[in-house]
Amino acid sequence: MEKYAIEGTPKTPTISFDIQNGVLEIKGRSIPENSIEFYKPLVDALDKYSSASKPATTVNIQLEYFNTSSSKCILDVFKKLEAIHKGGSAVTINWHYEEDDEDMLEAGEDYQAIINVPFKMVQVAE
Amino acid sequence: MIDAYNIYDNMDRNNILLSFKGDITSELLTSILQIMENKMDNMQEEPKTKKKVYNVLVECLQNLYHHMDDATDGKGDKNRSAIFMIAKNNGAYNIITGNYILNENIHGLKSRLDEVNALSKDQLKDYYKSVLNNGEMSLKGGGGLGMIDIARKTGEKLDYNFLEIDNKVSFFTLIIKVTQPQLI
Repeated sequence: MEKYAIEGTPKTPTISFDIQNGVLEIKGRSIPENSIEFYKPLVDALDKYSSASKPATTVNIQLEYFNTSSSKCILDVFKKLEAIHKGGSAVTINWHYEEDDEDMLEAGEDYQAIINVPFKMVQVAE
Repeated sequence: MIDAYNIYDNMDRNNILLSFKGDITSELLTSILQIMENKMDNMQEEPKTKKKVYNVLVECLQNLYHHMDDATDGKGDKNRSAIFMIAKNNGAYNIITGNYILNENIHGLKSRLDEVNALSKDQLKDYYKSVLNNGEMSLKGGGGLGMIDIARKTGEKLDYNFLEIDNKVSFFTLIIKVTQPQLI
């Protein structure tokens, strides 16, 4: 498996994980009622990747909305990335937020405070 | 005879944009979110306002969705039903939800709401982070973050009421106010 991809829906984000190049992208909305079920395959894919990670791993998060149910799952994803970072792959998490979206910036800062991985806050135009 | 005008007039006077009574399903939530997004687009709301309202709406509706089952014991189908309304008064959005709750569960919910209401903005941020990082994820998915998130994003106290129906159940009403961000 070189690539892991999930098409977005009105309630779930588009996920693409290019294992060959160590690039993970999560984009769109994450507001499913049951987020554990939705994120489990990604957490499993990261588990697999951790045993054969690339020297560098880039993570791009560009969410428009996410619910509190997803917030725990996103933390689980970040915890896997933290383990991968500790394991020797230089992980960077690029947290994108729209320029007037203070809530999304703050959400990124919350994760940054919890997770021991370099975060970059990236402002994007609306 | 149902007095439709009475219901219409009531909704009109309270500036109700959308109202629903019945079973809350995942598909229903998808439709309602879509309708509210379109409405706010048509009303040309600021992107900031739209995001705030949408976020809070998601949490309120999913709270209802996850807790609908809580009061079904003993009273049958009636309690599968909830109500919610979205109103706009003087530029502020009000999201109102109502559902049955078992009397024995009131105490727990009330203390959680009061706990959230007692916290300042900074305390809410710390509380959110600690529940996010340490709290157990419930099977229903929420894990207790919903109310904290709503209070944090709106900057308002959670307004609630418990109306006792009989010795088993009460009707729980929650009113969330979302003001235009530039007015905060």
